[in-house]
Amino acid sequence: MQVTEKKHAQEAHDDHGHGHELAHHFVSVEQQHDAGNLGMWMFLTTEVLFFGGLFAAYTIYRYKFEKVFEQASNILDPMLGAINTIVLIFSSVTMAFAVRSAQQGKSKAIVAWLGATIVFGALFLGIKYGEWKHDAHLHVFPTSDFNWTWAREKHAEGEHGHGHDSHGPELKGFVFNSPVVPANYIESDSRNPEAKQAKLFFFLYFSMTSLHALHMIIGFGVMAVIMVYAWYGYYTPHYYVPVESVGLYWHFVDLVWIFLFPLLYLLGAHLGAGH
Amino acid sequence: MSLHPPAKAWTYWANFLALCVLTVVTWLTARMDLGALSTPVALGIAVIKAALVVLFFMHVWESTPLTKLVIGMSLFMLTVLLTFLFTDYATRNYDVLPSDHAAAVSGKH
Repeated sequence: MQVTEKKHAQEAHDDHGHGHELAHHFVSVEQQHDAGNLGMWMFLTTEVLFFGGLFAAYTIYRYKFEKVFEQASNILDPMLGAINTIVLIFSSVTMAFAVRSAQQGKSKAIVAWLGATIVFGALFLGIKYGEWKHDAHLHVFPTSDFNWTWAREKHAEGEHGHGHDSHGPELKGFVFNSPVVPANYIESDSRNPEAKQAKLFFFLYFSMTSLHALHMIIGFGVMAVIMVYAWYGYYTPHYYVPVESVGLYWHFVDLVWIFLFPLLYLLGAHLGAGH
Repeated sequence: MSLHPPAKAWTYWANFLALCVLTVVTWLTARMDLGALSTPVALGIAVIKAALVVLFFMHVWESTPLTKLVIGMSLFMLTVLLTFLFTDYATRNYDVLPSDHAAAVSGKH
């Protein structure tokens, strides 16, 4: 009896004639698509609040320590921030075309566009790595190694075109082997309450940008899986929710950066060089 | 037949161009000292850029009313988070850093 029921269910399932395209608990491919899409937006809602907490912390400390936050932001290079913004927006365009290819049922094109998205995402992270290397040189990582006196002095030297370290610190394991800060700088920092405020800016800067970078790296993994499925023609114009969902995720990562760029990089841009 | 007819390719390129222009505009306005206006201008441009991404790259322009409701709710919840947090900070005298506390105790604040 049980066996017969099972067999019957199997036949009913196959009657849809869509293979994997339509799961049997959905009425139509449209309903299935809208449900999947809604689920992804629900997830993105939690992501909005996840990053929202960090944006809230940033806002409070920024109003509390307005002057120092502007000076700390001035240490960052708005040119690199702007280039990275455009690189990331471009990766959103390639992602949009990946989803478009899925809607058109062009499997190999999905693979190509996702590949391009990963390449531009990696370019973004490469530029970020260069920035972090410079940050290590300036001693602005918010650890016990942080030194605001040193950072401002080295930054001013760099802006005036001399004293810039052409080699810079190299990555050794998980840390950069940046030069040791002389004792008189540490002494100067301990007497300066602004050093702690600047450290707070860099704590927020590294938390937000590294959480953002982590999202990108997770995105690379998801895209890689989807590329394999797409290569074997798993997605059709009736079933492409996974491609669309990774697209929504990637555009969300882009959205976060759109807000991070002015708040972190442009806050002190009006101060000009050497501040 | 497809679930959703794909958008015209040029709309994505036009959106990309608009986003690039706005990125340059926000950088140029940030270099000028706009005083109190600098943050509203920077955030205003960021909101326009975000809207372009959400509406056209994320296809919210043509999404279902339920999806739009979820997005509206997420923005509402974010507003609740920020509004109540900021009113709390604005109406209380918090010691944000230990150094502030030390300054307040020694009467230098």
